[in-house]
Amino acid sequence: MSFAVSSAGHVSARYLRAFARQPYYLAVTLVQPVIWLLLFGHVFERVVQLPGFSTASYIGFLAPGIVVMTALFSNGWSGMAYVTDIDRGVLDRFLVAPVRGGSLIGGQLAYAGLLTLLQSLIILGLGWISGASFAGAGPGILACLLATLLLGTAFASYSNALALLLRKQETLIAMVNFLVLPLTFLSVTFMPSALLPGWIRTLSAYNPVDWAVQVSRQCLSGTADWGYVSLHLALLALLAAACAYLSTRAFGAYRRAI
Amino acid sequence: MTNATVTAGAATLGPGLAIEAVGLTKTYPGGVRALRGLSLQFPLGSIFALLGPNGAGKSTAVKVLTTLSRPDSGGARVAGYDILSEAEAVRRAIGVVSQKPAGDLDATGWENLMLQGHLYGLAGAELKRRAEQLVEVLSLGEVVNRIVKTYSGGTQRKLDIAIGLVNRPRVLFLDEPTTGLDPDARAEMWETISRLAREGLGVLLTTHYLEEADQLSDRLAIVDHGEIVAEGTADELKHELRGDSVSLQLTDEPPPDSVEAALAAIDGLLNDRSYEAGWLRARVDNGPTALPALLAALDGAGVRVSSASVARPSLDDVYLSHTGHAYNALQEN
Ligand SMILES: Nc1ncnc2c1ncn2[C@@H]1O[C@H](COP(=O)(O)OP(=O)(O)OP(=O)(O)O)[C@@H](O)[C@H]1O
Ligand SMILES: [Mg+2]
Repeated sequence: MSFAVSSAGHVSARYLRAFARQPYYLAVTLVQPVIWLLLFGHVFERVVQLPGFSTASYIGFLAPGIVVMTALFSNGWSGMAYVTDIDRGVLDRFLVAPVRGGSLIGGQLAYAGLLTLLQSLIILGLGWISGASFAGAGPGILACLLATLLLGTAFASYSNALALLLRKQETLIAMVNFLVLPLTFLSVTFMPSALLPGWIRTLSAYNPVDWAVQVSRQCLSGTADWGYVSLHLALLALLAAACAYLSTRAFGAYRRAI
Repeated sequence: MTNATVTAGAATLGPGLAIEAVGLTKTYPGGVRALRGLSLQFPLGSIFALLGPNGAGKSTAVKVLTTLSRPDSGGARVAGYDILSEAEAVRRAIGVVSQKPAGDLDATGWENLMLQGHLYGLAGAELKRRAEQLVEVLSLGEVVNRIVKTYSGGTQRKLDIAIGLVNRPRVLFLDEPTTGLDPDARAEMWETISRLAREGLGVLLTTHYLEEADQLSDRLAIVDHGEIVAEGTADELKHELRGDSVSLQLTDEPPPDSVEAALAAIDGLLNDRSYEAGWLRARVDNGPTALPALLAALDGAGVRVSSASVARPSLDDVYLSHTGHAYNALQEN
């Protein structure tokens, strides 16, 4: 058990060292979300006057959605590192060592989680500077981070599993884009539920991206329905655990293909 | 430090088989039959070479024996452990240097060595000592603190071997360790590998180079289409071939028909012969007596010879007799 945890820690440390060598990577991952947040926030400033919006600023409304969307993209790319490791023969080297697949995946997910937290805090900070108010304060921010982290973990696992199954960057990019945009638009990321067409509202109830944005928005704005929040945090946790488990199974498929 | 043994502990385990594989088969999804009943065995403290052309199945054999992938049928014990039922124990007992350089490019050599140790449960001062020792043995020197991306091919290969040795393996797999190295780097690598075997390690080496298998290995096997077609020491394999090997360089590259016609009349000419790019190679029962007859026959047929030599069979002749094609000609395809 302790070997499983310590080796996972060393795997995380490997990613962190690579990250520390090119910290501008963080800036690159934030360029798009910041543009979405500030540009959309200002261009559609007046949209909050529509009935159905409960917030005073669109940036404040948008911020939790952008936090979640950024986590989706950023975790979606986590499989790219696996494809590189496969091409380089690094993964094969790890797979003939006594380290467990669970530790390899766990270490990667821990790193991806840290990156998600960092990005989320920066986006929330920028939103706050641009005039968003988060009435939910500390507990609201924590709940938003937790929901984002769980969704990010599920998505990183999806990406890692695909990397092991497909072993090609192009296909991985296509499969990630195939999910991120539709899931984002079939949710309350940009519009409140009351203003969404009926069929989208129905679908969004089954959309984990919607759960994460709802939980984050409710908690940040201090209007949490705690029944909804706890149920959907639990669902997100289940989803994350299931995806993480399935991604460790993908090692078996990888071994059979090579 | 320079005299430190690289494999402390391995020698004290006494003699035993490094690898014992029986009837390994493996068909890839898509239907390529990469292994068709491959069997081999050799003891610890020796070097065994798998020699074969591209696609022969050498890397597949390494993947199966190192527990990376599973065979469809057949089985093997590596360092005494079963690759299927005791995969974990096999992993702890082996070091693997795969065909592709497998260092993490974005980390330093030292960080690579440390991570490798951690993945085997090593840590602290013990791991550090071990890594320092390997830096010394493979003469990596200061380079070890640079990012691997900046390494030359030869240095990357040395790092690969250091990485493969971190866990003090008893059996080391080297998949084409010297492909792409310059002659100096190759000679240095050969020296390191023989030293490892002298210290008690069992080494399975794959190679394209006849010369490498000839010089470095205690025993070797020729692999073709997923099977071993010949196995023994280099000398045994050469002695199995009757007679001597004759090489003649023909002036003006005459057409094969006329060469063949001239040879038809000669006694004691064995079946293994090849004629390519002006070079006629043949095996004869007794070189010194056959050579004059050969020269006379060719002369009579109007084929002129610019040089001639007689030698004991080489590994290339062994290869030719077992696979029906000359090794070097095959390599160029
Ligand atoms: N992952 C794979 N999927 C499908 N076929 C494969 C795979 N890996 C190898 N093969 C095929 O299996 C056969 C044996 O390949 P292998 O890599 O073992 O040969 P090799 O002797 O190592 O060749 P080389 O000298 O080129 O390294 C080849 O025909 C190869 O194309
Ligand atoms: Mg190979």
